[in-house]
Amino acid sequence: MKIACFHLMPYRDLDSDFDKKYNSAWFTLPFEDVADREMVSKYFNWTLDELIFAAESGFDGVCTNEHHQNAYGFMVNPNMMGSVLARATRGTNTAIIQMGETAVFLNPPIRVAEEYAMLDSISEGRLVAGFPVGLGGDYAYSYGMAPVEQRGRYREAHDLIIKAWNSKKPFAWNGKYYQLPMVNIWPKPSQKENPPIWVPGNASPSTWDFVIEHDYSYCYLTYFGAQGAKHMVQGYWDKVEEAGRDKNPYRMTYLIPVGVSETDEQAEADYGEHIEYFYHKLLHMPQELLLPPGHMTHSSLTHVLTKKPFPAYDELNHLHYKEFNDRDYLVTGSAETVTQRLTEIVKELRVGHLLLLPQFGSMPHNKAMENIERISKGVLPHLRGIWDDEGWEDKWWPAGSSASEKKKKAA
Amino acid sequence: MHKLKQQVVPVLGDKLEITVNVAGKGKPIVFFHSAGGFYWDDFLDGLADNYTVYAPFFPGTAPGKPDELEQLDNLWDAVLAYDDLMDGLGLDEATVIGHSFGGLLACEIAAQRREKINKLVLIAPIGLWKESDPYTVADWCALSYDAILDVLFYDKNKPRALKRMMRPEADSEEAALWDRDFIWTIGCTAKLVWPIPDKGLKKRIHRVTADSLIVWGENDKLIPPTYANDFKQGIVKSEVFTLSECSHEPPIEQTEKLYAKVSEFLTA
Repeated sequence: MKIACFHLMPYRDLDSDFDKKYNSAWFTLPFEDVADREMVSKYFNWTLDELIFAAESGFDGVCTNEHHQNAYGFMVNPNMMGSVLARATRGTNTAIIQMGETAVFLNPPIRVAEEYAMLDSISEGRLVAGFPVGLGGDYAYSYGMAPVEQRGRYREAHDLIIKAWNSKKPFAWNGKYYQLPMVNIWPKPSQKENPPIWVPGNASPSTWDFVIEHDYSYCYLTYFGAQGAKHMVQGYWDKVEEAGRDKNPYRMTYLIPVGVSETDEQAEADYGEHIEYFYHKLLHMPQELLLPPGHMTHSSLTHVLTKKPFPAYDELNHLHYKEFNDRDYLVTGSAETVTQRLTEIVKELRVGHLLLLPQFGSMPHNKAMENIERISKGVLPHLRGIWDDEGWEDKWWPAGSSASEKKKKAA
Repeated sequence: MHKLKQQVVPVLGDKLEITVNVAGKGKPIVFFHSAGGFYWDDFLDGLADNYTVYAPFFPGTAPGKPDELEQLDNLWDAVLAYDDLMDGLGLDEATVIGHSFGGLLACEIAAQRREKINKLVLIAPIGLWKESDPYTVADWCALSYDAILDVLFYDKNKPRALKRMMRPEADSEEAALWDRDFIWTIGCTAKLVWPIPDKGLKKRIHRVTADSLIVWGENDKLIPPTYANDFKQGIVKSEVFTLSECSHEPPIEQTEKLYAKVSEFLTA
């Protein structure tokens, strides 16, 4: 299997009582009130250092994402981060996983086709092209578009980008949301068959249909832990089977925060405060801001409200390290324990691409670096071979990463 | 309470069917509901004593027909759909009443269908915007159920307010579906006005020729009452009527006073 290092790039030092003064860490939290510009410079550079170190230490890929107007994670353009990472890992197999630049946030969305092509060129074919639908609040509140149109825009932007990558000649695009007289992007991606596409999702069954229809890899991003994920992930695999697709585990990508300590007993002291900061401070947000009305399709909304596949969002505030750890919201402990628990999760959810989050919440730079090193040495080598006996090919791994792997092996 | 009938009227070259609630007898009134969706309240029921009230569901919000929203891309589509609707209902002359989001629609229709609208009643309409009194769709879309109650009503504990906003018992399937319909309806209506309901009415409002009554709650916590004067300045033949102890829901909060004033205006 493949294991990548994910980063959210949070604001790591919010005052402990900021959530008493402000009703959200997202969208409405005034930067000037709570943030320090010098610290922000440090965070960006620490984030890059941590990801580059992860690549050097043996992670198969590095992964960035996009959010807006919040303290939770403010890489507003993940391709700027990806560009630095591509260059810093030149000549290696490290996949540059963008999860991703969000097409519906941009107009015209071919900007994503162009930037991904640029990134694929700089990385010499190591790009994984993430196609997020985009967080409803980012789209509606930060970027001012009607929630009910988000999925229509997403599908059209996707079709336009795929055509822009593959068309041999310039073409006109007359869509419902986008009109362009001459689409003829320069450059095209380095990977001739298009970069592999991963689609993140966290709640909407309608996203599964899209992923399966196009034969992409689904990346389940959840705040509610691996145990809570079973219902959703099984729903995805059921649909995969219904559609007659194979059970290739690389169809499934899963993200989880991980903390490795010297011993199991030490883990709470090492990571407890940081995961509580993540859940209590960085996810401090009324649900109405997370899901603007119209963001979910009528059928997905019906599913989520009647079947209740998630715990109530505000329950997170009442949970602490022990519950988070017990319910697999994160995995911490000794390298052996973490390996064992991740192996169980990977097998249970049938995950081919595992995204680990070694820096989470308020975790300082030095601790994040230590964690990355411990994961690389003590965990990664024992996870890699999990699916080897089933013999699946990872059709969703970038050609540039695989090709240089072959080159290396040949050498 | 009048018995409601439903009538389905094809519009936009048969691409869309609008479901209309109909009650009463007499000259026609077309009522456009707020962003919260269609609700037959005592104000409308009173009007139905003397008029035929047509109250269309905004497309997408009629029960069982969520996909109808896809036929409306923007405000212009909606105005033409309602223009077709009124033709389809055979309304050569009608009074139009609109509340909040529906007030914007009513005003746009009066500006489009000029000679066929004889009277216009706008109840706390959205649609105009000024820097000194800003508001956005987030003011009603980014609120919890409890917070919305506080904004909509001067006193959310009055019987009519309680009845209007009564959710089924929590944790029941009915409550989940009530929430679904509430969220979905707000999402549908927001499509035309996101993120700020300033979609060009200021360039068209001068075309309204109907005698117009502009109603506002003095304590409106959602759309500032100062906009009453902006609508008055925009519409040639108009007057303003304000209601005390009233936020954004005059039909619910000041039913009798509103009914008396509107009846007087319509018969004048």
